[in-house]
Amino acid sequence: MTITGTAAPAIGVPVTDRTRNEKRLGWKLTAPAVIVMLAVTAYPMLNALYLSLFSYRLTDPAAREFIGLRNYGVVLSDGLWWQTVFTTVIITVVTVAVELLIGFGFAMVMHRIIFGRKVVRTSILIPYGIITVVSAFAWRYAFALDSGFINTWFNLGDFAWFSERWSSLVAICLSEIWKTTPFMSLLLLAGLAQVPEDLQEAAKVDGATWRQRLTRVTLPNMKGAILVAVLFRTLDAYRLFDNVFVMTAGAQKTETVSFLAYRQMISRTALGLGSAVSVLLFLSVVAIAALFIKGFKVDLSSVRGR
Amino acid sequence: MVTIALLGTLLTACGGGESGVATLNWYINPDNGGQAELAAKCSAASNGAYRIETSVLPNDATAQREQLVRRLAAKDASIDLMSLDPPFIPEFAEAGFLREYTEAEARELNTGALSGPIESGTWDGKLMGAPFWANTQLLWFRRSVAQAAGIDPARTPVTWSQIIDLAASAGKTVEVQGNLYEGYMVWISALVSSAGGKILENPEAGKNVKPAIDSDAGRKAATVVQQLGRSRAADPALSTTDEEAARAAFQGDTGGFMVNWAYVYGAAQEAVAAGTLDKSVLDDIGWARYPQVDAGVPSRPPLGGINLGIGAFSNHKDEAVQAVRCITSLESQTQYMLKSKNPGARAAVYDNPEVRTVFPMADDLRTSLAEGAPRPRTPYYTDVSTAVQRSFHPPASVDPNRAPDRAAKLIVNVLKDKVLL
Repeated sequence: MTITGTAAPAIGVPVTDRTRNEKRLGWKLTAPAVIVMLAVTAYPMLNALYLSLFSYRLTDPAAREFIGLRNYGVVLSDGLWWQTVFTTVIITVVTVAVELLIGFGFAMVMHRIIFGRKVVRTSILIPYGIITVVSAFAWRYAFALDSGFINTWFNLGDFAWFSERWSSLVAICLSEIWKTTPFMSLLLLAGLAQVPEDLQEAAKVDGATWRQRLTRVTLPNMKGAILVAVLFRTLDAYRLFDNVFVMTAGAQKTETVSFLAYRQMISRTALGLGSAVSVLLFLSVVAIAALFIKGFKVDLSSVRGR
Repeated sequence: MVTIALLGTLLTACGGGESGVATLNWYINPDNGGQAELAAKCSAASNGAYRIETSVLPNDATAQREQLVRRLAAKDASIDLMSLDPPFIPEFAEAGFLREYTEAEARELNTGALSGPIESGTWDGKLMGAPFWANTQLLWFRRSVAQAAGIDPARTPVTWSQIIDLAASAGKTVEVQGNLYEGYMVWISALVSSAGGKILENPEAGKNVKPAIDSDAGRKAATVVQQLGRSRAADPALSTTDEEAARAAFQGDTGGFMVNWAYVYGAAQEAVAAGTLDKSVLDDIGWARYPQVDAGVPSRPPLGGINLGIGAFSNHKDEAVQAVRCITSLESQTQYMLKSKNPGARAAVYDNPEVRTVFPMADDLRTSLAEGAPRPRTPYYTDVSTAVQRSFHPPASVDPNRAPDRAAKLIVNVLKDKVLL
């Protein structure tokens, strides 16, 4: 079964005057925002696309030369690009998977808790309120040999976490998970709240166990929310930059795709190559979003009141 | 429409604030307040001709360059003066970011300066950065450790291999800068130069440069890196150690030897005065010339420091030249050396009696500055440096037969835009 075009209505939902009018009103309401967005995001993006066709260095403007798509050839045939893609994918898969599990647990706690509800909800959300750079520094110092407590706690002696690829990635992933799990649980909490309470009760009356209620009632009813949460977090994780910048500065092969783009563009001021990397990063993000929306049929607009 | 209105307010906000006294913005590398002190002194001495305001750049040299390049590429008129790390001067000069000093100004500003800082501030025969202070590294050692091993590096020059073995058997460390950053390039460059080689054959050729690191000297340098990387004398966090981490470890229990810039002794003195370091540690610190790669062949210590550049887009270039005259005067340099513990660029500074009490190693510094080797002087320095760093990192996995070759190939390919870096 294929669905063509984003505007195609979901099967079984008839196109009523109400939806059509709502759509029109929606466009009118968003128009000002869309215009501003075009000015501040479409222009830089098109400019990056244009720059990526040149061999161009900011500090040597005279040597600027049109080279067509050659920059893309250079990037895609370079081992460093694929190494950063690999690193980024690993970080994305690990962090999103762990965050989904822990986040779901947190969401259940936040949903069901009766006593001290505000305190628990607030304390679960605190890490998300901390600036990423600050939390990255906190974790870096926690793992550091001179100021850190991790090695003392776990009796690791002078094991240098940031001197090796996999241990560095563990530290990076941990800090990312700590920081963004609350966001995940917040989105999942919204999904849990959507599961009708009468369904749960009916299942209970029918003698369903806790596990059966979770897998047969709760999860199917919040599938949309789960996929939206995973999509948002995957897109975020794929663009990870701050933690790597602060904790390893890309050493020991911990460089992510965003960091690679940053280094070509900002450090080397190789505008052509840097733009090509940025465009490819953008395309990967679009591909991930498309995969979720088409492949898993996430309907972002269905997350609304009935 | 909203954006246009917003931009309008931003523009007016930036454009305002013109008054009678010229305000010079001096972008400085972080220090302990020495440059701000000179800024205040020179502003007062100018009798209202100019007023210098300092803005602090990021901590490490690469990030300092990054910020300046970004601003200068956008023709930022607010950069009047800048404290420049010498390796970046060729790039800035070629890009037209710097106002060159006239011949008369150059003659005046260079008078009495050491040859190293003059050379590093000059590009294409023109002075682009006025010598302000000069930096070099020494071998710092704990007297107790050297004594126990029966050597005196201050009298008899030592080799890398010698101190690595000594430290390993004494359970001490040899501290170097092994993090993936400019400081690592400083070390590798000094090793290659000390082994009698060069990183680039013809640095001035720009994009068409021919690397020279794939040589015996390059392999000897890589051997030293590998030897330390795999030795017990390496800091456990060698591949992330920068200047400050090395200094902290050297002052700690396992400290044995360290190569580091001139400021470390002054910093230790300050730590003792502040009560954060035991005086016995300070008394235990000895110094000698940078270690040799080949026994008997004098080492070529690394050179650093700061030269003062004037922004090409500044609206106050004449006042900026006056300010440079004041900031780089013998008196200012002496004051700066005493305050910041960074060595002056004028030879006469080292004869000042007060300097000689604070810097008992003043003569060693002067010799080291005179016989040191600069890092390659090319407009593509950042790329060359990054290529070398990446090919030699992490220290423990450097293969002497491969790393120099890889670095040479990477340099060529990167400059021709054939690979990423």
